Amino acid sequence: MIGIVSYLVFFLTMGFVLSIAVLGLNLQWGYTGLFNGGVAAFFGAGAYGVILFGGSNKAGQLIGFGLPYPFAVAGAVLLAGLLAWIVGLITTHLRHDYLAIATFGVAIAVENFARNAEPITGGAKGLRGFERPFETVINDPFWFNLAYLIFVFVVLIIVYNILENIGQSPFGRLLRAIREDEVAAQSLGKSPARVRLQAFIFGSMIMGLSGALYATFYAFISPQDIVPILTFQIWSMLIVGGSGNNKGAVFGTLIVWAGWVGSGWVLTQFAPVEMQLYIGTIQFIMIGLIIVLTLLIRPKGLLPEKLIISRSVARVKPE
Amino acid sequence: MIQNLFDGILVGSILSLGAIGLTMVMHMLRFANFSHAELLSLGAYVTFVFDKLLESMVPALSQTIGGLSLTFSLIFAIILSMGVTGVSAIIIDWLVFRRIRDSAGPLSMVFASFGVALIVRNLISLIFGLKPKLYSEEITFAVRVSLDPLILIKLDQVFVLCMALVIMLIFHFVLSRTTFGYALKAVSENPTLSQINGVRLALMIRLIWLIGGGLAAVAGVFYGLNNQVSFLMGKDLVLSLFAAVIVGGIGSIYGAVVGGFLVGLASNMALLILPSGYKPAVPFLIILIILSIRPTGLFGEKK
Repeated sequence: MIGIVSYLVFFLTMGFVLSIAVLGLNLQWGYTGLFNGGVAAFFGAGAYGVILFGGSNKAGQLIGFGLPYPFAVAGAVLLAGLLAWIVGLITTHLRHDYLAIATFGVAIAVENFARNAEPITGGAKGLRGFERPFETVINDPFWFNLAYLIFVFVVLIIVYNILENIGQSPFGRLLRAIREDEVAAQSLGKSPARVRLQAFIFGSMIMGLSGALYATFYAFISPQDIVPILTFQIWSMLIVGGSGNNKGAVFGTLIVWAGWVGSGWVLTQFAPVEMQLYIGTIQFIMIGLIIVLTLLIRPKGLLPEKLIISRSVARVKPE
Repeated sequence: MIQNLFDGILVGSILSLGAIGLTMVMHMLRFANFSHAELLSLGAYVTFVFDKLLESMVPALSQTIGGLSLTFSLIFAIILSMGVTGVSAIIIDWLVFRRIRDSAGPLSMVFASFGVALIVRNLISLIFGLKPKLYSEEITFAVRVSLDPLILIKLDQVFVLCMALVIMLIFHFVLSRTTFGYALKAVSENPTLSQINGVRLALMIRLIWLIGGGLAAVAGVFYGLNNQVSFLMGKDLVLSLFAAVIVGGIGSIYGAVVGGFLVGLASNMALLILPSGYKPAVPFLIILIILSIRPTGLFGEKK
């Protein structure tokens, strides 16, 4: 019984952590129409960032500032933002699929850096041994994980509310205006390139936050955690749920995450021995099929975007 | 140094072949096709199957040519595979991209191409296994061209380079001497106007997939000859192909050829100053540099 409960705690913690990344992607793709093909890079910057800033300096390790946890998370989020700023500055004013290519490239470069820059990132072995806040106080893995689940859930609620507010604010309408018709937005005196850059950086920082929470949960990060499939998983979560709709983003995350975990369990239990090596392969095909079929059959997702009218207009709307 | 130069030119010729199809699709259908590199591995595996089939059906074909490790059956297999891969590209377009083209924006197609790449790559590994394959089990020895500096070149590599150049030359004549070449140019400059002049757009799109897929298949086989045939081929090459297209300028076929060679050279020359582990990141740096100093590439048109 306790096994099932602790598994459920793990499942929900990861589901909520991923939801935060999907919400960040929703700001970029759903609201603004920016294609980020390298979610794993910004997630990874946050994940590595929190351990580098918050972890203690170990033998053979160049960096380890041992900052208090809130500062470590802030540093991780800023690191993801900095990475987004560099990529965005070069690409957000160009042909739209350049951003897709450049972000896809940055994910490969970040993973490559994590694998090779051993003095900083620990190389293929990754970074281990990070003292999580309150771990010594609670001193029981089960209760700690439960407390961490609540913490992640609270962060998710906060991020969700911030994004909902952005969505209904004038800035949110500007994002959608740029997505729908850039020239028209420009004719109203707005600067699409700048606004796109802002949305791109902010969305990437949210992904960084998600990565930081991920690395905190495991107190460990390695290049294996930031491989390209992570980007595609997060994309499939957003599109299944419904891009442009924050509720859909969270809903889609939990559905796809359950499908991923569930299919993994079923395959390890029931697939013949010679197929066991190919479980990952089958799951990758599944993610690919989810993406393609959703685009073909239900491009708006399960919970489509809702038309948002300004609250002040809604108030004076005639009966 | 000279070894890196030669390796760079060799890899460059392979990238050029792959980038031609990618640049045509990116220009005509206006989307970055992340599944294009999977056509290279598809072509390489289809060739592998045909090669083994032909060898078992006509044993005489399994003779090697000259001092190469290549067999006659492999040559025929490549030609068959070009057709199969080209037709597969048309089928993928018909199944996925055409439908999305009709209903949504180009970025949705970029998105779908990620999904297609995942499906194709992993289906290949499901069918052929995770272990890489070789066209010939025979060990070929490299010819030592000089001792100091040490330069090793395989005859196969010389053959690959020559064939790549010949194919590009043939394609050049097709572009500059045939009605099809003119029609392609007309469509890429102004699709609407070219249709008024009797160019069938739908047919041109199919031909672009057919040619792009065929050239990708050759590139995949050459890459497989030079390294090994692996389902990860597409994943390893996709960024280099995009770098080649962006360096050359989207839509410029000659640009893609030059871009392919430049990216191949730069990636191999970078090894002189970078540890080899960083090689996969080099195309990304090339893309960033080109986009920040000359986003239209070498031969791209201003927009």
